Amino acid sequence: MGRKILFITTDQQRFDTIGVNGAQYSRTPTIDGLAAAGINYTRAQPSSVVCMPSRATMLTGQFPSTHGAWMNGVALAVDAPSVAATLHDAGYKTSLIGKAHFEPFIDVFGNYTENSLANLGVPTVETNWADGRRGPHRGFDHMEFATHGVAGQLHYAKYMQQNHFDEIGGFYSALDGDLQVNAAGGGETNAPQVKINPVERGHYHTDWVADRTIAWLESLDAEDDFFCWMSFPDPHHPWDPPASELHRVPWRDVELPANYPTAAAEREALLDAKSRHWRMWYDGQLVSNFEAPKTWVPSTLTADQVREVNALNAVEVELIDEAIARVLAVATARGWDDDLDIIFTTDHGEFQGDFGLLFKGPYHVDALMRLPLIWRPAASAQIAPAVVSEPVSLVSLAATFLNIAGRNAPYWVEGQCLPTSSGDAEDRGFDHTITEWDSVLFGVAVHVRSVVTKEYLYTEYGKGAVHDGSEGELYDMSEDPLQRVNRFDDPQYAAVRRDLSQRLRDHHDRPHDRARPGVTVAPV
Amino acid sequence: MATVRYERRVPVAPDVIWGIVGDAASIHRWFPGVRDCTVVGDVRTLHMANGMDMPEKILTVDPILRRFQYTITSPLYRMHLGTIDVIELGPQDSLIVYSTVSDPDVLALVVGGGTYFALDEIERQALAKAAQE
Repeated sequence: MGRKILFITTDQQRFDTIGVNGAQYSRTPTIDGLAAAGINYTRAQPSSVVCMPSRATMLTGQFPSTHGAWMNGVALAVDAPSVAATLHDAGYKTSLIGKAHFEPFIDVFGNYTENSLANLGVPTVETNWADGRRGPHRGFDHMEFATHGVAGQLHYAKYMQQNHFDEIGGFYSALDGDLQVNAAGGGETNAPQVKINPVERGHYHTDWVADRTIAWLESLDAEDDFFCWMSFPDPHHPWDPPASELHRVPWRDVELPANYPTAAAEREALLDAKSRHWRMWYDGQLVSNFEAPKTWVPSTLTADQVREVNALNAVEVELIDEAIARVLAVATARGWDDDLDIIFTTDHGEFQGDFGLLFKGPYHVDALMRLPLIWRPAASAQIAPAVVSEPVSLVSLAATFLNIAGRNAPYWVEGQCLPTSSGDAEDRGFDHTITEWDSVLFGVAVHVRSVVTKEYLYTEYGKGAVHDGSEGELYDMSEDPLQRVNRFDDPQYAAVRRDLSQRLRDHHDRPHDRARPGVTVAPV
Repeated sequence: MATVRYERRVPVAPDVIWGIVGDAASIHRWFPGVRDCTVVGDVRTLHMANGMDMPEKILTVDPILRRFQYTITSPLYRMHLGTIDVIELGPQDSLIVYSTVSDPDVLALVVGGGTYFALDEIERQALAKAAQE
């Protein structure tokens, strides 16, 4: 019997929404407990700030420019490498419960397994693997899917349709009649993607994901090794948690974020110091990411809307924390504490009002790029608790899972196992991370590469719809932690810029087999 | 209204490719997710693998231009136009251009993504036919 792995992900969650990381409103005693007993990474970065490329990185251990799912709406190739398949080969029972999103949700032709599995009524299907064999889809023996609402054919949607049909209308409709991301306002401030949802708490997708995870864990033999990916759709928009829970964080009591200047002129001056597409989005002149509602103009965002969104976000985070506690109680009851590794993270962040913005897009700052990441190693591993402030990337997750399982990382894994201490990080060269963005949407192309070190955040924009290839951003995070002062053209930072630019070129030129970039088959 | 377009250059005579794409009743042999189809006059109905039916109207079947055009008439779409052009670049050299225009915009991506993979299959079948001839 080896070490078991519980991999917990949320969707679109900022670093500073966890208690141990300084959250002001969401109380997260369970996640804080994992951090206290394990390793809390305080500079964890995604490979991409949107769901599909970032999640594909978790599964493959590869950057988007390698695995080929380079933007939302581009499916990860069905035979892409999968750490779940490698663990399955190692004898692990494997499951993914909740939000997968390796394949697009909008699937008129029914081409994708994620969308058809609930209708098929089977826990998995056989598909092609990277090494030419066939096996359970992406290596998972058992899959049950959910996303941010109750529309569609995923397991959670069908559960609600079949069992709680009367509650379906209470959820926010993520898409409008044109299948665009809905810009309609709701709640008490008319904030976009907000709705007061009368759904009973136990029927909300957060508790459903925990319930289904518990059911799967209880189906295992006590001696089974397992890799369980429990993937909560929240706190990604829409923000429509159960109304019964809103009392936890009254929105009128929520203070505005440090990076939300209340004066419009100050917000706009901050945006003007960045690359031009920031201000263009703010003014409603450019939409480069489908998940930001096309008809919503960020400059219309009010302070009260920021407060309400952040209150609802905090409520959703608390529900996740409580759901995790229920799952961990089952693990304890089954006697797995000594041999259970738990890793908690998310796929990318959320503006939550920073710079007067909501949602996400090709904007590489901490709001979207600094993530919670906690590894609570199994007690049997005897790894001391630590805080690691060196930059680490989600590209390291696959190698970490394999390390836990006692397996060498295959040739296709680009990341190395997460460090277990700052000393380990320094010894193994964890000194920077890379985040990529590529999008091409109806004639608007945006290409971004960023490198983060302990001291700097540096971004270059490739040629695209609004960039000529010469623009960028450079933030000195020691003196400017909110990333307000762009040093890209500051002569005093010329040497820093040369060094960081070279790191981006090294990343671009890295020797690694690349998948053919996938084709956009849906907006998301 | 949004447009998506994919092209494929194939080292095969254009008539071989036209033999594949110009046959309205054969789309299920090369378009992903289509299990079968029926053609009655200028109305083609796609029977999808997910159980849905997708009605279309055939607009152009021009063997001289080697152009095939159709529109999806499902209420999902306010407007759709699919166009496949097979352009002769040489005796054994063709360019296939498959374009999609759609309202709502989002569905251009969905159908357009399908056309990319359709081109993969059209190319594969064309190469196989050319090898036989």
